[in-house]
Amino acid sequence: MSTSKEIKFSNEALELVAKMISRYPEGKQKSALLPVLHLAQAEFDGWLSPEVMDYVAELLSIQPIEVYEVASFYSMFNLKPVGKCLLEVCRTSSCWLRGANEIVEHIEKKLGIKEGETTPDGMFTLKTVECLGSCGTAPMMMCGAQFHENLTFQKVDSILDQLKSEGKRKTYLDDVTVNHY
Amino acid sequence: MGKKLLLANDHIPGIQSYQVYRQHGGYASVEKALKTMKPEEVLEEVKKSGLRGRGGAGFPTGMKWSFLAKPEGVPRYLVCNADESEPGTFKDRYLMSRIPHILVEGMITSSYALGAHTSYIYIRGEYYYVAQILEKAISEAYANGWLGKNIQGSGYDLDLYVQVGGGAYICGEETALLESLEGKRGNPRIKPPFPAIAGLYGCPTVVNNVETISAVVPIVNGGGDAYAAIGVGKSTGTKLISASGHINKPGVYEIEMGITVEDFIYSDEYCGGIINGKKLKAVVAGGSSVPVLPADLIITTAAGEKRLMTYESLADGGFATGTMLGSGGFIVMDEDTSIVENLHTFARFYHHESCGQCSPCREGTGWMEKIIHKILDGHGTLEDVDLLWEIQKKIEGNTICPLGDAAAWPVASAIRHFRAEFEEYVKNSSQIKKIRHYDLINH
Ligand SMILES: Cc1cc2nc3c(=O)[nH]c(=O)nc-3n(C[C@H](O)[C@H](O)[C@H](O)COP(=O)(O)O)c2cc1C
Ligand code: FES
Repeated sequence: MSTSKEIKFSNEALELVAKMISRYPEGKQKSALLPVLHLAQAEFDGWLSPEVMDYVAELLSIQPIEVYEVASFYSMFNLKPVGKCLLEVCRTSSCWLRGANEIVEHIEKKLGIKEGETTPDGMFTLKTVECLGSCGTAPMMMCGAQFHENLTFQKVDSILDQLKSEGKRKTYLDDVTVNHY
Repeated sequence: MGKKLLLANDHIPGIQSYQVYRQHGGYASVEKALKTMKPEEVLEEVKKSGLRGRGGAGFPTGMKWSFLAKPEGVPRYLVCNADESEPGTFKDRYLMSRIPHILVEGMITSSYALGAHTSYIYIRGEYYYVAQILEKAISEAYANGWLGKNIQGSGYDLDLYVQVGGGAYICGEETALLESLEGKRGNPRIKPPFPAIAGLYGCPTVVNNVETISAVVPIVNGGGDAYAAIGVGKSTGTKLISASGHINKPGVYEIEMGITVEDFIYSDEYCGGIINGKKLKAVVAGGSSVPVLPADLIITTAAGEKRLMTYESLADGGFATGTMLGSGGFIVMDEDTSIVENLHTFARFYHHESCGQCSPCREGTGWMEKIIHKILDGHGTLEDVDLLWEIQKKIEGNTICPLGDAAAWPVASAIRHFRAEFEEYVKNSSQIKKIRHYDLINH
């Protein structure tokens, strides 16, 4: 399958891909699939289109199906477009005990969307997720790589205002630089 | 104050950095092992320590290491399990983000003992910022000669890499983790063969939890006997407990094995009691997978003895009246908590996280979530409670990996100890409103 012209990593990202692949024995470059998918999602608007996945398959010399089956298995990979800020609110036990449902309702009201929806301006998508390992600082949500903990309505309001005024796409890879690899 | 081995230096400013970590005795275990000990001698100390896997199953670490196959000319791997996705568990995140070098140090010393020359830390994708902290620590370790070729002139070579996951609880199961590390879906493998024989890329592999590997540092430094002197019986050393829920002081605590559960919940050194002076209703002592126990059974065993924070004491009474230490995810619920509603969050979790390979788990977890939802919604019948019991029984023991058991046990224990509450929902269905029993805590 041919990939369309505009789907290509930046040089910096390609350098990172090469470093990721170098972490595994020869011939085991498929091991880099998850990190490369994260990178692709960060590079291409926060989601993985079939074209992007085909491009990743090409980069790793594996079959496209090997990429699709992985991308569809893991919950951090979005197979549909999402807002610039994906709000992932935990609602498992410890967070629920400390008011996670109220936090979700508050965000729904404030943004005028339901769980799973995106605001019309494409700024926010609201998602509920399972335990993120922040149970002692519940309730919590994550946006990009950032954990927002000990949430209150007030705190949520100021986080949303801040994100909106920044207007930037948040990714899991925020602040990751080539140097770290 | 109990003895601290992993978090002893947690209060020191800058302990995240190599320099400060080193100034406070960091990397001594690597020096000691590489310069004065043979790999077998390190293994011997770990055996003597009585250390048991801190990932949940509590399998003796020394024994696991000794099972590692050592065929000529085949690489061996050490893989650290930093997937930490068991609800209620956040100790590994705490340790890795506060003192990343203790894990790096433990990885080097342990890899040396196992004869591994390439090791991986597999960390859940949601901990991306923690992965960055580890990357930084690893690059500092390389820069200072603790990783790479000929470490500190010892002739021992080791490369250490971090791998991020993609968001899947199942990848905490060690064979699913290995699949994921190979770039595949996280479907657990059929065992045998065990990873010790055929693990990563089909090579002999040891998978250990973050806390287990970090504990190797104090074990090598102080000797296995000194480690084993802490604790009670076969529960040796210290354990990190993640405490959450309705307590005054949620957080990660390093405890000496053997303190009483009562002390852990009520003393100011640990959880500091229940918030708003409420009464204790129930505890999930070892992460979402272990049986929930009502207040009386968690404070004392059925035989009337004070329950201790040890593998054995928490398990006392079997599943009829006991539970498990598990991952040490300690979730506390006050008197106003709806056990059924809490269970619903667990059931939803397991349904979401089942990998889908085995029908009993794939179908059963969905059924359980739906039935509990139906009961909560006021449409349940008494037969539904029995059906729930039947389904969990048919999942338990009938799946490739223990996720099925982990999904079944919370349901079974909730019905076993709180059946009346399920029946209350059924009988008073017309009055059922979602119980809102908490105020948001103002911080
Ligand atoms: C569904 C499931 C999830 C698991 N999740 C984790 C986990 O997040 N972290 C972990 O260390 N062990 C987890 N385990 C246990 C691992 O399979 C394995 O026993 C452990 O990593 C071994 O390390 P240890 O001996 O040091 O505990 C999980 C097991 C199952 C069945
Ligand atoms: S339950 Fe929400 S972070 Fe663990």
